[in-house]
Amino acid sequence: MDKPFAITLDPGSSLANRTGSWRTERPVYVDRLPPCNNACPAGEDIQGWLYHAESGDYEAAWRHLTRDNPFPAIMGRVCYHSCETACNRGRLDEAVGINAVERFLGDEAIRRGWQFAKPETETGKHVLIVGAGPAGMSAAYHLRRSGHRVTVHEAGPLLGGMMRFGIPKYRLPRDVLDAEMRRVIDMGVEVVLNSKVGNLLATMQDGRFDAAFLAVGAHIGKRASIPAGTVARILDAVSVLRSMEGEEKPLLGRRVVVYGGGNTAIDVARTARRMGAEPIIVYRRTRDKMPAHDLEVEEALQEGVMIKWLSTIRQAGESSITVEKMVLDESGFPQPTGEFETLEADSVVLALGQDVDLGLLDGVPGLEFVDGVVKVDGQMMTGHPGVFAGGDMVPTDRNITVGVGHGKKAARHIDAWLRGTTYVAPPKHPLATFERLNTWYYSDAPQTVRPVLDIIRRQSTFEEVQGGLDETNALFEARRCLSCGNCFECDNCYGVCPDNAVIKLGPGQRFEINYDYCKGCGLCAAECPCGAIDMVPEDG
Amino acid sequence: MSFQPVKFYQTGTFTVGNRLLAPEQRSVQAATSRRNSLNSGHRACQGCGEALGARYAIDAAMEATGNRMVVVNATGCLEVFSTPYPETSWQIPWIHSLFGNAPAVATGVAAALKVKRLKGLLGDVRVVAQGGDGGTTDIGFGCLSGMFERNDDVFYICYDNGGYMNTGVQRSSATPPAARTATTEAVGPTPGHAFGQGKFVPAIAMAHDIPYVATATVADLRDLEYKVRKAMTFRGARYLHILVPCPLGWGAASKDTLRIARLAKETGVFPVFEAESGELTGSSKIRHVLPVEEYLRPQKRFAHLFGPKPDVAAIARLQALANRNIRKYRLLDEEAL
Repeated sequence: MDKPFAITLDPGSSLANRTGSWRTERPVYVDRLPPCNNACPAGEDIQGWLYHAESGDYEAAWRHLTRDNPFPAIMGRVCYHSCETACNRGRLDEAVGINAVERFLGDEAIRRGWQFAKPETETGKHVLIVGAGPAGMSAAYHLRRSGHRVTVHEAGPLLGGMMRFGIPKYRLPRDVLDAEMRRVIDMGVEVVLNSKVGNLLATMQDGRFDAAFLAVGAHIGKRASIPAGTVARILDAVSVLRSMEGEEKPLLGRRVVVYGGGNTAIDVARTARRMGAEPIIVYRRTRDKMPAHDLEVEEALQEGVMIKWLSTIRQAGESSITVEKMVLDESGFPQPTGEFETLEADSVVLALGQDVDLGLLDGVPGLEFVDGVVKVDGQMMTGHPGVFAGGDMVPTDRNITVGVGHGKKAARHIDAWLRGTTYVAPPKHPLATFERLNTWYYSDAPQTVRPVLDIIRRQSTFEEVQGGLDETNALFEARRCLSCGNCFECDNCYGVCPDNAVIKLGPGQRFEINYDYCKGCGLCAAECPCGAIDMVPEDG
Repeated sequence: MSFQPVKFYQTGTFTVGNRLLAPEQRSVQAATSRRNSLNSGHRACQGCGEALGARYAIDAAMEATGNRMVVVNATGCLEVFSTPYPETSWQIPWIHSLFGNAPAVATGVAAALKVKRLKGLLGDVRVVAQGGDGGTTDIGFGCLSGMFERNDDVFYICYDNGGYMNTGVQRSSATPPAARTATTEAVGPTPGHAFGQGKFVPAIAMAHDIPYVATATVADLRDLEYKVRKAMTFRGARYLHILVPCPLGWGAASKDTLRIARLAKETGVFPVFEAESGELTGSSKIRHVLPVEEYLRPQKRFAHLFGPKPDVAAIARLQALANRNIRKYRLLDEEAL
């Protein structure tokens, strides 16, 4: 006994005291589905690629993004970004400019010449893709990545489908489109242009294809029966937009009436405006009922496109048309009023939707059709085994992002089908809601910067003469991401535990709870900015 | 295109860590190498603000002194829950004093270390003393004032949870007005603790003209660490007063400890500032100013102010006190005023 006076015991550590036994609730780390990812028709892991962009690693961000969508520079221009509508930050100040960052990454990739990796092994399977639009080229990319041989047959003279023949240049410059198409071809995808597939089964047999993905799009403009004099000049919107790509520009005259209320109507009106015409859109319902994207309507109005609401065309003559005023009934349908009006018109462009040319499917057994499109199952397969379809030719919302998403989804199922298995999508996490966030922890976007950024954002969706975000702005915008529902290693849980019961595992490894000492106070969960910790009742 | 360079780091310094910041900009608490001066297994209640505040402050002080320091701990919650003989949670040189004499003991330790240093037996070892509001503002106040006026080389940290919590929540001179405690019951015409009593020791410390006085809350780690670090750059008497919510005594959910500390600052109920040689040199500005109700409501010790007939007069008096803090300690940005 050489202890000091009155001391009989050695000092012990409180680690002997397992305070974890006090606990009635335990913290558990969870991952939630961020609303942006949930809303993306192309299934991008937006939060995942923003994470890399936040640290300025743009190449890693671009590679992460292109795991799901090979066309960020195109998407960054033409996508209607439902991700931003869903963004939780919209409830704090305003949504993260995801689309602008995506465009920045896409442009950066073109500028720096980043390429996709070629597949490491070849499967020996050969897949036919019909149509080189967003769905077809997206599927080509994903199938090629999985090591399949891919041949794309395109009826037109150039790649891109509706991205080229439907979307005007002021929204999507052709060098950007070409660069992103070229990158897919560089992976070893074969393309046959000017090659319309007339008989699918014959083509498949001749080329010894193991499977086919059809994405021919919807190119036939719908006609409306408008009584018209022989001299009346009536065109359809798809043809007008397509002929913009050729040598001979369409002759529209000065006073152009566009009939319809979808995005194509807006596109054709804005195109006519750029050709010096005075376009007026005639639409039978009101602005809030209009299927066109509101941002585009707004831009069209700002550019001087006029819109005549609640009107239908009754008759078309040589230099004028007769429109009838409509009223909406209780169920929102337009009803005629019997009031007529005459508008001057050199030409009438019909933008009333498009039909699919299903000629190539003649004689293919097992197919089912609904409303002029092909029915597919949950795996994007038609009634004919091995023939898959996507994009505008199946029942869906028709836009480019949806098409790209179809291409990816179909590619996964085709890949599984060729391997004799079934692709089962991993279960989705529950949604990361705004209520789960602790927004105190996010920096306020400095007010001196926000107006500057607003201008850039607006310009980026306008004329292509104006560039997108520069690096500083892109970085700023990326860093506005709240990382809803998924740990971004802010160390809050590790810091705020009064019991030192959170173990930090190091960069990229996240954290663990030491349940020997965790008393279950719930501070880590309450102070987690992004809502990635749940408190779960202890058993018993 | 013209652009403005932007420095924006997602969560900035609000969170404990931030991968986007340079390593030297990160907090002590974010590092896996932090000291964990107050280790796991202590017997503090769930969500204890004092246990958290003590680890924040002492870890930062250990970092600032290169682990060369001695801590003197007054009796109180902090000592009772951390060190039931023979166990301790402290992983530092630590000495327990009586309830009322921690500042005097710290003075003695500092004197002894100085003698050792002058004799060449020891390098520079710093002294930190700590206690709760009971040991500091009531029982140890004479010793504290003495230590201040002699300007002894001691950094004193008070963890203010507004009462004698481990003996059963009795009122102290740091208990806020209107708060219910075991000795200021919510009964009679003016329920809870009386208005016009108690004292705000940081202001008294400033009146001693000592080198450094500061306040902090457990809700703002970066500010707290900054103040500890700064305090250790001075010689002489220094004082840091940290607001540490007590889930038990305040009648709040254990998960709300930091939220309530944050609300205390955002409502102006607790002013966060620093002062050198008796002069106010800086205040932590309120980010989004809130009415005092936001702070009072989640706490059962103020429950009698609400209910079917809210005590509007008492709430107004508490708001007036908060407003006075905002004016006196300049808690709002000049622009915002």
